[in-house]
Parts: sequence; C-alpha cells; structure tokens
Amino acid sequence: MKVGVVVFPGSNCEFDVVEGVRAGGGDAELLWHGDRALADVDAVVLPGGFAHGDYLRPGAFARFSPVMDAVAEFARNGGPVVGICNGFQVLTEAGLLPGALQKNAGLKFLCRAVDVRVDSTKSVLTSGAAPGQVLRLPINHFEGNYTCDQHTLDELRADDRIVLRYVDNPNGATDDIAGICSPQGNVVGLMPHPERASDPLLGSTDGLVLLRSFLSVAARR
Amino acid sequence: MASFPVLVEVTLRPGIADPQGATIERALPALGFDGVEGVRVGKAIRFTVEAPDLESARSRVDDLCQKFLTNPVIEDAKVTIER
Repeated sequence: MKVGVVVFPGSNCEFDVVEGVRAGGGDAELLWHGDRALADVDAVVLPGGFAHGDYLRPGAFARFSPVMDAVAEFARNGGPVVGICNGFQVLTEAGLLPGALQKNAGLKFLCRAVDVRVDSTKSVLTSGAAPGQVLRLPINHFEGNYTCDQHTLDELRADDRIVLRYVDNPNGATDDIAGICSPQGNVVGLMPHPERASDPLLGSTDGLVLLRSFLSVAARR
Repeated sequence: MASFPVLVEVTLRPGIADPQGATIERALPALGFDGVEGVRVGKAIRFTVEAPDLESARSRVDDLCQKFLTNPVIEDAKVTIER
C-alpha cells in the first residue's frame, strides 16, 4: 500500500506528509505535478505549501497542473484523496470540493496549534476517529477562512460532510469549518496539519488517528 | 485580427467579508479622513487580447475570467475593453 504525495513547485510539506504516513504505518512516495499519471498509488495527498507561489490565488495555477486530471479521475473512481492546507485550497480551485478559502478574518498569518472537533466520521480521514473527539493540530495559513454560499453550506450540513470544526474559530471560517469531504467521503480537504502532529517529538500525536484512518481505507482498496 | 487593451477589475462578491477593506476603513478616521465608507479591496489586471472584433474579444475575456482570473465562488470581475 502506497500513498502518493503530489509535489508542486512551491509545495513545502511533502516530506512532513511522507514522515507522517510512515509514522502511521504506511509508505509514501513523491509524485511530480507535471506527471500525467499517478503511478501505482492507493491514495493521494496534496500537501501544504505555496503551489506555484500562490500567484493570483492559492491553487489557481495548481489546478491546471498536468497531474490534476489524474487526481480528479482517481477521485471519481472512489480513490482516497486528502488536501492539507494549500492542498485543500487546490482541491476547491479544482472543483473537487465546494467553496473557497479566503484570507483569514484577522488578516494575520496563523501559525499555532488549535483544537478541532471531529464532527463527521463518514470521510476517509475521520472514519477511525470518534464523533466529537477533539484533536490538537497545528495550523499554518493565511488563507484558511472557509467560505461558501448558503446553499452549499446547507448541503454540507445535511449530508454530514463537515468533518472537522474549530473549537475556537481562529480565522473566521464559515460555521467554524476546518475540513470538509466530498459526497462519498473519499475526497477530504482540511486546513490543519495532521502530519505535523504525528510524533511525540512534535508536541502532539493527535494527527495519527486521521492518518491511520486514511491509510486503512487506502489499504482496503 | 485586432488587439484590444483590457482591464479586468477583480473584487470580492457582495456579502463576502473583505478584511483588508474593513481594516483600511477603520484606519481612516485616525488619519484624518472622515466620511469614507464601503472600502473594498480588489486587484486590477491589464493585458491585450487578439480577436477579430469587440464582441469576440469580450467573450474570450469573460471565459478567461471565469476559468482562471477569478474564483467565481468569492470574486466578481468587471471587464473594460478600451477601444
């Protein structure tokens, strides 16, 4: 079982994700954004960073990277895909998840640990967590303020697709949303970094429950 | 074919919070600028587009705005073609 971690020019969390996946008991390899195929991977992670410099908007260029067609195809076929931070922004720009991430309400780049609550376990990232479980995870973003129209919000709520909510909203996100998933639950985007909370040395291992959920879904494919 | 100069003004859609605009607006009274309201921050993008006529220039630019220059979830584009 192998996780493919997509590297865009400007990604900077790809090795964190590889280490996090290993800490969770899986294996990972790096994929280049210019590849048109995903090689032989069972799951895909779009890592954090500043893909294509975040020029124009975060994710605006990454959406057109050649690998994204293969990622979309993989997702359509039920493949587990997680976008972390910048990866979440890329997934919304690519239309694989609804809504958008705009500038933090306080106009500050936020770099600290926050508490998030697992509000849905229907996603590949949260299936192994307990509903209501609170996790302490690092955030590291300027554009993490999740925004969507009322219709989308109603749909996300009705279909139990809001997987993580901030306990104390740091960035102005609509409905305290820290992470959402696709209707089938196989595509997940979240602003916090579970991979940076995957070893006692990092101050928290709360991200492991998420990484292990993801890995166990990938292993079953 | 003609070359049309284009100005695209990208702004946040009505109802979408604009923390930059709000911060600028809050700062103005302290700087002695009273009576300034409704500050919204956006970006301006200038380029030229090759097209046979004005109408097709506009349609190409609209498509470009929809697919790339704006995120229609949160942004609007005002297109001015100068000719």
